[in-house]
Amino acid sequence: MFESLTDKLQGVFDKLARQGKLTEADVNAAMREVRLALLEADVNYKVVKDFVARVRERAVGREVMESLTPAQQVVKIVNEELIELLGKPAPLNLSGQTPHVLMLVGLQGSGKTTMAAKLALRLRKSGQRPILVAADIYRPAAIQQLEILGKQIDVPVHSEGTSVPAATIAKNAVRLAREKAYTTVILDTAGRLQIDDQMMQELEQVRMVTRPSEILLIVDAMTGQEAVHVAEGFNQRVALTGLIMTKIDGDARGGAALSVRQVTGVPIKFLGTGEKLPDIEPFQPDRLAGRILGMGDVLSLIERAQETITEEDAAAMERKLQDGNFDFEDFRDQLRQIKKLGPLTDILGMIPGLNRMTKEIDMNEAEGSLKVTEAIINSMTAQERRNPSILNAGRRRRIAAGSGTTVQDVNQLVKQFRDMQKLMKEMGITGGRKGKQRRGRSMLPRGMSNMFGGMN
Amino acid sequence: MLRNLFGRPSKATEDDVRLENSLAKTRSGVFGRLGSIFQANEITDELWEELEETLILGDVGVPVAQELVERTQKRVERENIKATRDAYLILQQEMVRILTPAEPMRIDDPRLLTIVLVVGVNGSGKTTTIGKMAHWYKNRGRKVVLGAADTFRAAAIDQLKIWGERAGVDIIAHEPGADPGAVVFDAVRASQESRQADLLIVDTAGRLQTKYNLMQELEKIKRVAAKQVHRAPHEVFLVLDASTGQNAISQAKSFKDSAGVTGIILTKLDGTSKGGAVLSINHELGVPVRFVGTGEQIADFAEFDPVAFVEGLVGQ
Repeated sequence: MFESLTDKLQGVFDKLARQGKLTEADVNAAMREVRLALLEADVNYKVVKDFVARVRERAVGREVMESLTPAQQVVKIVNEELIELLGKPAPLNLSGQTPHVLMLVGLQGSGKTTMAAKLALRLRKSGQRPILVAADIYRPAAIQQLEILGKQIDVPVHSEGTSVPAATIAKNAVRLAREKAYTTVILDTAGRLQIDDQMMQELEQVRMVTRPSEILLIVDAMTGQEAVHVAEGFNQRVALTGLIMTKIDGDARGGAALSVRQVTGVPIKFLGTGEKLPDIEPFQPDRLAGRILGMGDVLSLIERAQETITEEDAAAMERKLQDGNFDFEDFRDQLRQIKKLGPLTDILGMIPGLNRMTKEIDMNEAEGSLKVTEAIINSMTAQERRNPSILNAGRRRRIAAGSGTTVQDVNQLVKQFRDMQKLMKEMGITGGRKGKQRRGRSMLPRGMSNMFGGMN
Repeated sequence: MLRNLFGRPSKATEDDVRLENSLAKTRSGVFGRLGSIFQANEITDELWEELEETLILGDVGVPVAQELVERTQKRVERENIKATRDAYLILQQEMVRILTPAEPMRIDDPRLLTIVLVVGVNGSGKTTTIGKMAHWYKNRGRKVVLGAADTFRAAAIDQLKIWGERAGVDIIAHEPGADPGAVVFDAVRASQESRQADLLIVDTAGRLQTKYNLMQELEKIKRVAAKQVHRAPHEVFLVLDASTGQNAISQAKSFKDSAGVTGIILTKLDGTSKGGAVLSINHELGVPVRFVGTGEQIADFAEFDPVAFVEGLVGQ
């Protein structure tokens, strides 16, 4: 969907590659691309303005002017500035006397309740004794939700129903924690708009009676320009100490992180990376910067592959490849696994450098050719799939009719398959190295890309 | 004024008022600046630049913002318009044009049982929206049943039950962790037989559009509905948080591809959020906004009217 900044800048600089020197106008054009890329990533307009001014200052200097690869230089500067602005990772502040109170605040639907449970699990694993507090007395079933999550991770939940004020519940929870030697109290507060004065007063009261060591704003990674106002609003009323970005496992660019960080000046502490309770990671500025810039995200691809393809499947496939026993059944499995990873455009888009390629190839055609390949294999009998050498002319005619293709299509697939088999046998003989490294590779055998038709 | 241009009665309806009130804060915020931009004496290049900037600040998205400005600018030149006030009206017309659905909604077509599927990313407000929607249609004489097919999120079923009670409609639910397809199957059967309902609204688990397997699950839910009732689901609504930025377009695209989304319900419009992304969505994907959620109460729900929305955004 998005072109990466590198591609766009490349376009700008390609035009002047022959001229040699960069002019003021060239820098302007490049800065316009930087600006648009950041806006598309949902970085706030005003933040973008300041940011571009900083990048321009550096770009106009010698660094870029005398560089042989101005596009890369500009991207490098942007990347460095982004990392700088996103700030260093910071751990939770658990100094001072126990119990430490962590208060989670944010808009409705930003993911506070889930994040409360994730933090509790993480703290419990690191040897703390956390207790969760259901201080959202408004949303229907919010208390049940926290109680269910608490049970899943074996962390107690303190709740007092929906008719007791949130501040009272929070105060009682802290007292209880002190008595029963819980070390951290995690307050799950109701979602609220930063402009809802009455609800913001409630937060101030909760803060007053519990004196939290951390007040964490939970921000949805998909938030747009509004992020700035949200962060400003909460920061003014309850003085935030940290930020947590949730739903980072989607394809949102997460530019809001830059906006909220800029406005509040407090560090980003964690990222929510999935629906399951262990899915929480300490914040890493370089990774998020790459994401905001839309540079390929190999890590996400690997994560996605790990999610859809089990270790055992991969190991079994590796054995088959080494033994040269790879047949059409296995081939079909591989095709299906690739399909499970998602649309080809998405997969290729995540690989740096391939971003560009995806534009040149007709992805629908490639996707269609995958389908045709699968249809042909599906039209074979189990015996034919296991032993392709029995595929005579009559069988091929039947397969072509069954899959709605021509005999030529079937011939081509069988030939490609043989080539691939040969290639793999060679690899098996010369490669011979074992261990984890190979496992990753066996997921998509070399030569298989030929099968995608349009891609070569 | 805009109202008259589009042949609307000049008096605002109750829905319009609710929509406009909820947009009051938006109006005083970013989009409110539109009005002050057009208070300038002359139409200048700066005016167009400022306009583009303001639209982007409203999450409209760079391409559509640029196109809106261009189209307005061209019409202003072609029609030889000099007064900024008239240029402003043209901008509003263009915005309404982008937001106007190409086809009417299919919920009210005569049919024994209409099935509506509600989908969206986590935390967009699906369950709350369904509660409000049940209330809305019950008040309009429909017999509504809710299907609790979000069997994943902790307490999602309890939450829907509470909304069902508030709206006074029946809800069909299984245990947490049950197969959503099975829930839909039972919900359709119950609607047809024991409950004699004519409108079934199905709640689904929140899912990020990049989770391929979960998106496949939606296709399965659709197939289950289609097998039982001709051409079901008749509407598939994507619930979209108004504070969402450019990712809204990716959401709409993915949910349209795999769940066949036919309309958007824009929620949490009571904040200062603009929901400007919906302009891009209808423009680029042809998926129109159908309803808006304007607050936390059960009655805070209104049918979307492009004219009222634009008036709400920019002020009259």
